[in-house]
Amino acid sequence: MSLLEIRNLNICLPEGSERERAVEAVDLDLAPNEILCIVGESGSGKSLTARAVMGLLPKPHVRVVDGSIRMDGEDLVNVSDARMRDIRGSAISMIFQEPMTALNPVMTIGDQIDEVFRFHVAMRRKERRMRALALLDDVHLPDPEHIMRAYPHELSGGQRQRAMIAMALALDPKILIADEPTTALDVTTQAQILKLIKEMQAAHNTGVLFITHDFGVVADIADRVAVMQQGKLVETGTAEEVLNNPQHPYTQTLIDAVPSLTPRPPRDQSEQPVLQVEGLTKVFRSGGSIIGLGAAERTVTAASDVTLELRHGETLGIVGESGSGKSTVARCIVRLIDADNGKIMLNGTDLRPLGRAEMRPYRASIQMIFQDPFASLNPRTRVGKIIMQGPLLQGVSQTEAQDRARELLSIVGLDERAYGRFPHEFSGGQRQRIGIARALALNPDVLVADEPVSALDVSIQAQILRLLDEIRERMALSMIFITHDLRVAAQVCDRLAVMRYGEVVETGPTAAIFADPQASYTKELLAAVPGRTWRAA
Amino acid sequence: MRQFWQLYKRNRSAVAGLIVLALVIVMAATAQLFYPADPFSLVGRAMSPPGQNGFLLGSDSLGRDVAAGIAHGAKTSLLIGLLATVVAVGFGTIMGGLAGYYGGKIDDLLMRTTEMFQTIPSFVFAILLVAIMKPSIKSIVIAIAVVSWPAVARLVRGEFLSLKNREFVQACHTLGMSDVRIMLGEILPNCLSPIIVIGSLMVATAILIESGLAFLGLGDPNIMSWGFQVGAGRTLLRSAWWVVTFPGIAILITVLAINLVGEGLNDALNPRLRERQ
Repeated sequence: MSLLEIRNLNICLPEGSERERAVEAVDLDLAPNEILCIVGESGSGKSLTARAVMGLLPKPHVRVVDGSIRMDGEDLVNVSDARMRDIRGSAISMIFQEPMTALNPVMTIGDQIDEVFRFHVAMRRKERRMRALALLDDVHLPDPEHIMRAYPHELSGGQRQRAMIAMALALDPKILIADEPTTALDVTTQAQILKLIKEMQAAHNTGVLFITHDFGVVADIADRVAVMQQGKLVETGTAEEVLNNPQHPYTQTLIDAVPSLTPRPPRDQSEQPVLQVEGLTKVFRSGGSIIGLGAAERTVTAASDVTLELRHGETLGIVGESGSGKSTVARCIVRLIDADNGKIMLNGTDLRPLGRAEMRPYRASIQMIFQDPFASLNPRTRVGKIIMQGPLLQGVSQTEAQDRARELLSIVGLDERAYGRFPHEFSGGQRQRIGIARALALNPDVLVADEPVSALDVSIQAQILRLLDEIRERMALSMIFITHDLRVAAQVCDRLAVMRYGEVVETGPTAAIFADPQASYTKELLAAVPGRTWRAA
Repeated sequence: MRQFWQLYKRNRSAVAGLIVLALVIVMAATAQLFYPADPFSLVGRAMSPPGQNGFLLGSDSLGRDVAAGIAHGAKTSLLIGLLATVVAVGFGTIMGGLAGYYGGKIDDLLMRTTEMFQTIPSFVFAILLVAIMKPSIKSIVIAIAVVSWPAVARLVRGEFLSLKNREFVQACHTLGMSDVRIMLGEILPNCLSPIIVIGSLMVATAILIESGLAFLGLGDPNIMSWGFQVGAGRTLLRSAWWVVTFPGIAILITVLAINLVGEGLNDALNPRLRERQ
């Protein structure tokens, strides 16, 4: 007997969208005490399916046009709004990707949990409080009394997600829908939250509908898996079957695209350093004012005494969680931020003390690839001009720059017609290719890539990583590759530097660090990689 | 451009506003044709009601043609509104752009200056400026621009603040682009939409301020203006209602039309509002 029965679900999209149906003829079953993972890339319709169950579709343009969603025999598609409100929170509840925006920023956690009780059951104030405290204790939040009085911004990301889970489980729902609940979290926190969801699910016999794009997470948590592509369900089965013996070609390509945790064989190493960073320190100051009015000054040490060496032709990975200072180091190296102290030696010249004008001649030799392909291209400039800008600034003639731009477009695997188009006409992966072409246009010696694939779907990610690899070979580039994803790092980097709280805690060849991590933090990071036992070999 | 028109015409009242505005512009352009005489000249019997003695909209206490005044006044209103807005938007964009882009002390300095201007009630300030400078088209334009630019500066500063940290701007830094080129070539085109919208609405406010000044007798004495007509006729409101009513309606319709156009531009240019319908 299944708890949730979705039959022939069809959800339409507004007119003029890429496709007519967001979700097409989807059948799903969720049993009590089961975790069903819906996996798919962006735009696959996985989130909309979940939202349809909650009755949270952005009506009227996006709505269920056909099919049924039955919970214990009650059809949720045609139920009245009042009844749906009743069901939400008590029988079905949901946790979201970003707990900071899902929680009300001006209400304390205690008040928000209290609301759930107040709206759904008659209970005395004191009793409600006891229940809330017990819940917070259940999700292993330290000092529940204190958390009750805290506002969302006073908690860390992981704590907020725990509070969200406490709230979602307040009334012992039969179904919990989790929409990418760990995507915004760091790996170590993610591992804890996944463990917590599993524990709570077992304790409450909840059926969990878990939406994710990450096969590592699936391997860690799923009982059964449903794979979606372009709004259609392509494969369902037990986690064991789908992960280790996928039947549908799409599932196979998706799983193949997940980078393996086994580091790739080391390449021949040159000993000659291109870039040496010594004792780099950067402290951010905020608040404070000249005459002592306003808020007190706050300082954050984003990088403290960072020493790195990039050798000719190698890829050095900087890994770490958010706030570890890895992006700050990258931005200091390309001189987007001025470091406070230390040396940045590029081929024997210290870049750090150079002024803007003095820096200009060196700009060409060190280029950057950015994380967000949607923010890194000027929406009002044509692609050809975006790529040409760099060479033109360096004094290359117009025709030469044009030829170079066309050549680069073909190198990064784009059609020549891309030259005269605007960035918004391209997909995320294609935009990232344009960003790479822009960086290459100046023939740099060193390429700094700041999370270049973390905004991309897994299959696109594999393509971009392959492209970066090709380019590096072809142009003899040295690369600094910043990532939070150890799987990606294992496949791309020759050597790794692990950062935490602005400090480098460990450096060494990738294979050596994966085989035998020295620092306890590195061990923690490696242990937290989702799905590490799956496809470990 | 075609797509822009598609978006714009979805807002019916904005299209109506545009038509009215076009008529006002035509009226201003052809004033010389229909009323070749100086609108200040005394052309007939004083205080003729509309439709009598050859006056379409009547004549005032000295026998000046109200219709001629309105036609010529349209030119004044539009000219001053447009000029003052161009000056205010230009200056405000420079101030706001510099403050937003450089931040820190420059931002503090420029924004405190802006706030100083904002603390003085704008109409009183405009009166003061015109009174000091002697009323003329030039001084009126300057006065209106001086009281209007702070709003533009604040808007542009906000846009620059958010855009300067975008990755495409940082990419330009890594290419070694100069600050001026980044500001003019990269950031400014991306915040043109809100500037155009605030500019269009500002034309309406400028026309109102100009009429207010002229009403108080601070208009350029050699140029016919709607505000002047209302001001000159206000003592006759009970005996000759047409002297104040028609210029008043002209002000109302023009300001309304410009506001509708501004609203329509906002709807069409603001991507967040596009999906609203």
